[in-house]
Amino acid sequence: MPRHTVDGRQMLGARIILQALEEQGVEVVFGYPGGAVLPIYDEIFKQNRIRHILVRHEQGAVHAAEGYARSTGKVGVVLVTSGPGATNAVTGLTDALMDSIPVVCLTGQVPTHLIGNDAFQEADTIGITRPCTKHNYLVKDPNDLAKTVHEAFYVARSGRPGPVVVDLPKDVMMSEGTYVTAPRGIKRQQHKTYRPAHTPDPASIEAVVDLMVNAERPLFYTGGGVINAGPAASKTLTALVKDTGFPITSTLMGLGAYPASGPNWLGMVGMHGTYEANLAMHDCDVMINIGARFDDRVTGNLQHFSPNSKKVHVDIDQSSINKNVIVDIPVVGDAGVALTAITKAWKARKTRPKPKAMKAWWADIKKWMAKDCLDYTQAGPVIKPQYAIQRLFELTKNRKTYITTEVGQHQMWAAQFCRFDEPNRWLTSGGLGTMGYGLPAAIGAQLGNPKGLVVDIAGEASILMNIQELSTAVQYRLPVKVFIINNQYMGMVRQWQELLHGGRYSESYTDSLPDFVKLAEAYGMAGLRVEDPAKVDDTIKEMMAIDGPVIVDVRVDQKENCYPMIPSGAAHNHMILGPEDEEEKAITGDGLALV
Amino acid sequence: MSSNLYEGSVPMSVLKDTIVYRHTIAVLVDNEAGVLARVVGLFSGRGYNIESLTVSVVDEEAQLSRINLVTSGTRQIVEQIKAQLGRLVPVHTIKDLTDEGPSVGRDLALVKVDGVGEERIEALRIGDIFRCNVVDSTNGSFVFEVLGKSEKVDAFINLMKPLGLVEVSRTGVAAIARGAGGMVDEASLEPLPKPKPSAWPKTKSTPKRKTAEKKSAKKLSPKRKTAAKKAPTSSKKKR
Repeated sequence: MPRHTVDGRQMLGARIILQALEEQGVEVVFGYPGGAVLPIYDEIFKQNRIRHILVRHEQGAVHAAEGYARSTGKVGVVLVTSGPGATNAVTGLTDALMDSIPVVCLTGQVPTHLIGNDAFQEADTIGITRPCTKHNYLVKDPNDLAKTVHEAFYVARSGRPGPVVVDLPKDVMMSEGTYVTAPRGIKRQQHKTYRPAHTPDPASIEAVVDLMVNAERPLFYTGGGVINAGPAASKTLTALVKDTGFPITSTLMGLGAYPASGPNWLGMVGMHGTYEANLAMHDCDVMINIGARFDDRVTGNLQHFSPNSKKVHVDIDQSSINKNVIVDIPVVGDAGVALTAITKAWKARKTRPKPKAMKAWWADIKKWMAKDCLDYTQAGPVIKPQYAIQRLFELTKNRKTYITTEVGQHQMWAAQFCRFDEPNRWLTSGGLGTMGYGLPAAIGAQLGNPKGLVVDIAGEASILMNIQELSTAVQYRLPVKVFIINNQYMGMVRQWQELLHGGRYSESYTDSLPDFVKLAEAYGMAGLRVEDPAKVDDTIKEMMAIDGPVIVDVRVDQKENCYPMIPSGAAHNHMILGPEDEEEKAITGDGLALV
Repeated sequence: MSSNLYEGSVPMSVLKDTIVYRHTIAVLVDNEAGVLARVVGLFSGRGYNIESLTVSVVDEEAQLSRINLVTSGTRQIVEQIKAQLGRLVPVHTIKDLTDEGPSVGRDLALVKVDGVGEERIEALRIGDIFRCNVVDSTNGSFVFEVLGKSEKVDAFINLMKPLGLVEVSRTGVAAIARGAGGMVDEASLEPLPKPKPSAWPKTKSTPKRKTAEKKSAKKLSPKRKTAAKKAPTSSKKKR
């Protein structure tokens, strides 16, 4: 309905919800029905503008919405019922909060007169989701519905994005209220209290550039904030890196903002980042952090973290600054806006870093690169997991490929070997580390990008956490490819048990795994298996040729460890490069207690 | 100690201070259901201390509540607490009363002391010294109303312990900044936040460039001006 004809119109609460979603430009809703949301499902039935995707578990709904949001830049929308519907969504909401993904989650609730009475399928959704959302609302008056939904979208997508829950009692859905359209233009920004940061203080930008022009060993360290700032921010970053000639590394969440094929790229930083990136972090004299949050996976031991550098931190969230690492120059604002301002200020300067110093710095970096820290040997009759992932990347890189992952060794190998040249192509659970993220996220990404090739690089343990979503993929004919790196172990747990607990593999081996090929067939999709290294390429090609969802069961070396690795409690310059390093740099003392 | 170098930033040397300080922080919030739970949940969830907390509606018309809280931590932690409070959607304004100029704080306690004879008289005498009101009295008990700084209230309670102290009820600290001017509800006054003037030491080359920029801005044709203005809005839309 056109905007002017609906403003002020009386309609049913449930209809107001659909109308508001439509006005917010929502095309897809991931959900699961139940008693408390039946009025909304009835309205969904009566219209065909918004497509509802029936997932098989509410956690899957939120991850799918995350995958949709991360790959399209839009807000992901979830619709679940009260009680168990809402509690099942909690893991997904926490994941979205940790990784700053914009999601609006509509939850059903028992009628207002029953709230607090321990009614059937009642849960204190607002109480439960308060710490795991950016904000949440309980709507008790149908006249507030439209305004609240509009506000929820604004809060979810602006500033540092995040999940927002709107709790909807059934009686409110079934009574009439007045629809109001979303405020437009400048009014859209006039929330009563919420003021997301946007434009950084110009003086802070000047101070950043002061550091940059006088740097001898500078380094860009970028994160998910650049991706969240939109594709334009990634372009600005790429141009700035080219202009300055500074090396650049990125967190797990920031991969793709600067192209991995670019000449200044050092690879990912952090616990399983490259040797050159971590040593550059340790030895730099000016660190320019844009949209990353000094996470413990990145910093390692804080006391020994980059001891001799001046640090700049650009973040849209004031609370991220000085939280873990005290920085010299805080810049509060949107990563894209800050990058543009830095570029402008940089171009206005005549001074440039001393070429001699920069040359020496790059010579150091080239020396570290020569270690070839990701090197592995594919020999013998068993497939190395790195080989499988590397071949997958090589064979899919010329298509519009989206990679999602679960959590564990395969995730780190995927981050190391899939070299992303564009933002929004890499979807992974970074902050929360949620096993079972990849498959539903792939479903969401495929819905947002029907022509893309979406591959979930999975582990055999992780995939079982949300395996039911295969049914969703089949129902909606979504050609997602599930590429299972199957070593029969929870690989990362096993690796830590090897390194920290004397090789006592307590409960990390999965017995009685399903036959993934038969499982695929049972769900009505194709299943492939590969055990011979020589057949990896053919299998991947076969997978890509199938016009529909596929599971590939890749049987890999059971004992392969993920390297390089900064042992817990260690500094960046104490990386374990491979098995030969293990004994020498054994994890002891305080490191044992860290995760 | 100014807390604004750039917007909300504190000098590095101050943040690295490892001494634990007590801070009184006032938070102006929307008086909506669950807002106190958000604030308290933030403290428990992130492991911050709350030593005292008071909350009450202060503006019925605008539906504003004021939360006064006393917390302790290193400067880094206190700055983190303020930043985390700032992230909460229904929060209007945060003021660190310890940090931002002089302030006055008051705590009120009702102190029940049971006793007869000399102890009872002694309790009454001390009550006098502390300018307490006796708000209830029986033959064997007094209820004192003691008002003042938290330290004064603490001292009075300690003195009552040997004299038959049986029960204490305290309000917690209500605090306010000294001097003219109220705690500005910045959010409702300003529709859009403006960058605050910066106290960052200017570099030698900066002032020159700034004037140069101003001149060149004047020279810009109207078309280019609008294009420059549009740029940030379009990037917003994409997000």
